Amino acid sequence: MSNSISVGFIGNPNCGKTTLFNAFTGANLKVANWPGVTVEKKEGKTSYEGCDFKLIDLPGIYSLTSYTMEETVSRNCILSDEVDVIVNVVDASSLERNLYLTLQLIELGKPVILALNMMDIVEERGMEIDLHRLPEMLGIPAIPVSARKKSGLSILMHAVAHHADTIKQSPLIHHHDAKEQTSTHVHKHHDEYAMVYDDEIEDKIDMLIDMLQSKWPNLAHPRWHAIKLLENDSEVMEHHKMDFSSIIDHSYEKEIINQKYDFIDEIISETLVNKASKAARTDRIDRLLTHKYFGLPIFLGIMAFVFFLTFAVGDWLKGYFEIGLENFSALVTHALTAVHTNEMLISLIVDGIISGVGGILTFLPNIFILFLALAFLEDSGYMSRVAFVMDDIMNRLGLSGRAFIPLLLGFGCSVPAIMASRALEHRKDRLKTILITPFMSCSAKLPIYVLFSDMFFAKHAMLVCYSMYLIGIVVGILCAFILSKFDGSKSDHALLIELPEYKSPNAHTIAIYVWEKVKDYLSKAGTVIFIASVIMWVILNFGPAGYVTDISQSFGSYIGKLIVPVFAPLGLGYWQIVVALIAGIAAKEVVVSSCSVLFGIGSVTTTAGMTVLASTLNGMGFCTANAYSLMVFCLLYIPCTATIATIHRETGKRSTTTLFVAFQFGVAWIVSFLAYHIALLF
Amino acid sequence: MNLKEGRNDHTYKVCSIHIELTLERRLEALGLTEGSHITILNNDKRGSMTVKFRGTRFAIGKRIADHIQVEEVHHE
Repeated sequence: MSNSISVGFIGNPNCGKTTLFNAFTGANLKVANWPGVTVEKKEGKTSYEGCDFKLIDLPGIYSLTSYTMEETVSRNCILSDEVDVIVNVVDASSLERNLYLTLQLIELGKPVILALNMMDIVEERGMEIDLHRLPEMLGIPAIPVSARKKSGLSILMHAVAHHADTIKQSPLIHHHDAKEQTSTHVHKHHDEYAMVYDDEIEDKIDMLIDMLQSKWPNLAHPRWHAIKLLENDSEVMEHHKMDFSSIIDHSYEKEIINQKYDFIDEIISETLVNKASKAARTDRIDRLLTHKYFGLPIFLGIMAFVFFLTFAVGDWLKGYFEIGLENFSALVTHALTAVHTNEMLISLIVDGIISGVGGILTFLPNIFILFLALAFLEDSGYMSRVAFVMDDIMNRLGLSGRAFIPLLLGFGCSVPAIMASRALEHRKDRLKTILITPFMSCSAKLPIYVLFSDMFFAKHAMLVCYSMYLIGIVVGILCAFILSKFDGSKSDHALLIELPEYKSPNAHTIAIYVWEKVKDYLSKAGTVIFIASVIMWVILNFGPAGYVTDISQSFGSYIGKLIVPVFAPLGLGYWQIVVALIAGIAAKEVVVSSCSVLFGIGSVTTTAGMTVLASTLNGMGFCTANAYSLMVFCLLYIPCTATIATIHRETGKRSTTTLFVAFQFGVAWIVSFLAYHIALLF
Repeated sequence: MNLKEGRNDHTYKVCSIHIELTLERRLEALGLTEGSHITILNNDKRGSMTVKFRGTRFAIGKRIADHIQVEEVHHE
């Protein structure tokens, strides 16, 4: 066996597929305790005893029908030749739910290995699974694994290698005594298949297989096709056009589902010991968190606490980073001067790069804390409760409660948030959610608030930062509401989301999650922000006359002055601010990093730098109202390039993307205009 | 009666589900078939509610709940 075996990981949403996949491949894919995290298939590699495996992580699905995007992606992948062996990851603590998909997978006729994940939770609850009886009844190997503790992994791959080329299942041992005695069906399917239906359906399956094989002699998985035809599956019917009307007089889907669940009941009663689970803990927590009146205030309280940690604790830590940056900057200037470096080069390195990139790095503590808090929320299982708590309010706005999850993730970063909107069923809902997600204040906008609120609002700085988050939510919600009035869509009150058991957040999972975010932030500082800083330095130090020391003669200033009239009504009619805003489209942090170059101040993010910048701005007539307007504008205007690219990928249309960006710009202009003029009254 | 009219912590048997086909199929795929049991966890709000069936908790919207006909199961 020199060829590599490709293994498809499939299972219900939230069963730990991705954690298991990560354990094998060493990859750090995103994991969270709410359904629908994996939205597209991911690939990785592993090897075991000289055998190579290609692993494919597929979106979580409940069944092999094709009613949702995830189901279609997973089903098509598994049916194709791309997958040799199916590893069906099941949450052992909720076998009853997970086995339904298992039965469907077995029917496909490809080798299936059952990976019993979360056995630790099973034990914790005092339950036991009969690992001898379960494979006997299903006819496939069942391997207990723990993705978190990384146990059972090599045994699982061993089983995969063993079963890769044998489609034949282990002997099946059933005792449906009553059924078999009364059966008039000619074949003894109980020896061949785990899932055997009643005589009526089995007779029809046999007839359909004969018909299918007479027309398509090489058809793979004929039994599965026959069953799907009985279920009136549109895709299978489409591909196999024949007159089956003599056999299929109606859809047998209900009967097929019911009989599968009957069999699952049978399996559960024979293999699960001590079923009386200790699920009481989740119920007790839910009694409070999903309470009619307390649910919403608790959620708001949790979010307020998250932002308090982000700003208060984050700022305290940020102070130390600033001192470090100042020393570093002084040291570099000193060293470069000592070796008689060209003045222009010193300016590029110190003013352009160090103050630009370094200034952004001082916000690392805030970002770290924000993502740490979000990771806790996601891993605990609270996210889908939020969808429930917010459902009634969201319905009034013409959206599903489920749309609140992407919005909440938008506080971290718009890119994954927009991708999470795939979990929404209706296209209209998705588009609206994608449109308003960038209004949620993402972590990149945080440096802007911290800088400007510290400079202009002193004691009320934190309150001003909070208000940004509120304005973002309110504007997003209002837009959704108005759009719903226009497109005439009413919420269909059809929320349907699994509420997973609460689990204590896993340190490893959280560490991976936070590290990924911090790494993203650092690499952004090293790439986009670095390049933007260099470009900014160039356009601000060169003008039509070549290298200029007077910034007002630079290209940047000419560009800025051209556009200033558009921003004057917002109190932002300063060419430096305009240039900073344009640069901010690359990444929002650049608004801050470019300020130092624009205003010729060493490090704007340090206390000394802030004092100088504030007095410079004050001298220009830029006061609190202007600062507030700027913050609101940054909150709402054109999202960063990464987000625009994501919007384009998700909507699939350039025209839609352009329209969205224009809309966001328009909204930002109007709201900033209002904010500026209201703030002037105080 | 329909599910939305049910009371907290009571278990009901599903008699019929009458809703558009895709939604009905999705519920069935989750195991909410005719004759199956469903326990109401939290039906305090006017809109959506939380329930448990086939061993898993779900939040479901009002319209879904309105269209699931149930009858009470008396347990000992």
